[in-house]
Amino acid sequence: MFLSATYRKIASDGIWNNNVVFGQNLALCPLLAVTGTATNGLGMGIATLVVITASNGLISLTRHLIPNEIRIPIFVLLIAALVTLVDILMNAWAHELYKVLGLFIALIVTNCALLGRAEAFASKQPVKQALWDGLMMGLGFTLVLVALGAAREISAAGTLFANASVLLGESFRFLEVTVIPNYKGFLLMALPPGGFIMLAFLIVGKRLIDQKIAQRKASLIVPTAAIAEE
Amino acid sequence: MKHEPTINESLKEKIARCKAYLRRCLEPSKLEQLRPTLGFQTGILAGFALIASVLLGVTNCSTESTIQLRLEEDLKKSLAEVVPATLYDNDMLQDTLTIPSAEYNIDAKETLVYIAKKSGKVSAVCFKFTAPDGYSGAINMIMGLDRDGNILGVRVLSHKETPGLGDKIETAKSNWILNFVGRSLDNLTPTQWAVKKDGGEFDQFAGATITPRKSVQAIYRGLQLFKANKAQLINP
Repeated sequence: MFLSATYRKIASDGIWNNNVVFGQNLALCPLLAVTGTATNGLGMGIATLVVITASNGLISLTRHLIPNEIRIPIFVLLIAALVTLVDILMNAWAHELYKVLGLFIALIVTNCALLGRAEAFASKQPVKQALWDGLMMGLGFTLVLVALGAAREISAAGTLFANASVLLGESFRFLEVTVIPNYKGFLLMALPPGGFIMLAFLIVGKRLIDQKIAQRKASLIVPTAAIAEE
Repeated sequence: MKHEPTINESLKEKIARCKAYLRRCLEPSKLEQLRPTLGFQTGILAGFALIASVLLGVTNCSTESTIQLRLEEDLKKSLAEVVPATLYDNDMLQDTLTIPSAEYNIDAKETLVYIAKKSGKVSAVCFKFTAPDGYSGAINMIMGLDRDGNILGVRVLSHKETPGLGDKIETAKSNWILNFVGRSLDNLTPTQWAVKKDGGEFDQFAGATITPRKSVQAIYRGLQLFKANKAQLINP
């Protein structure tokens, strides 16, 4: 491995153990709002990843300046300013992308995961670790968004990554797949309740995997204990 | 030429002194003492707010014209969808007329009409209008009419209707909205300007009646708006 133990711990926390959605149960509002399709999920994920990395970096950089008593207003100010900046710049220079993502960018402000990371991590850690944490948390969030979006899209419309070429450019048209041809559609999954239902399944899945891992670890320990007793 | 190095050196020295001063100010132990004081906290909060607002202000000012340009491009694209390019040779964005539309229930007191001209003669008009009473909110549309009031094209610009049911008003989802091409107040009676469920000419969608019903009604009101202002619009 190229990464030291600290960075590996941050990565595994961000992507799996302490994942924004699965571990911290944060960011459910933007999560449920945009995951009608996998493409929307991916777009929201990338936008969040950029903003959370930038906000983590900025907050870590200024952490010695920020007094404990007024940290929350400053974090909120920084995050809101960052989100607005990204929003304006995208509208001007990446307008096609903005028309697809525009709605989601503003939604990032409501993402308490950003404030959560600023408070729990970036305000106490050096810049490098904070940037890495933002990147990994963003990545973990993106993965959940895409997974939930894909699951909902396949069950609702039978397609996967529809309109990906609008978001990522023509060269990504190959992503657009019709998974179930001549699918009549299952509307519930495209509507908000479908988001809750699918999210529940995903969380159950994550718990089951965690349980399996714990069992395997336990079964590895038991024989040695047995040997010791003998 | 000989003096230049000395100027450079004195500048370097100054920068170095500034850096050293800043480093002394930003030393963790010194900041530790400063942080609990009220003045420092006020200053820091004000400083952050100032930097953030300056940054946002500068960005907003420097991108305003670009964003305006992008919005105009968007508008041109939607205009081109509802008025065929062969019908005009003028810049519709410059050739506009504002007509009062408060009594037509299209969510605007005044409507900006884009006028298409071919060799100086009005060939078509185009305007945005809104069905304020869609199933889950306003449905924003744009419509192009020829000078006799026949529909050249209608498109939905934005809406909040149910995905999978009401969104068939978009061309991306179904061809429903293309059925309006060629229709006018003359070739359909007022009762035919309705969905089939209400005894009219236009299909409703399975599971969604309100969306198409309200769209048809809004398009009908848009046609009436044109009819009432026809003389003024086609003979400017």
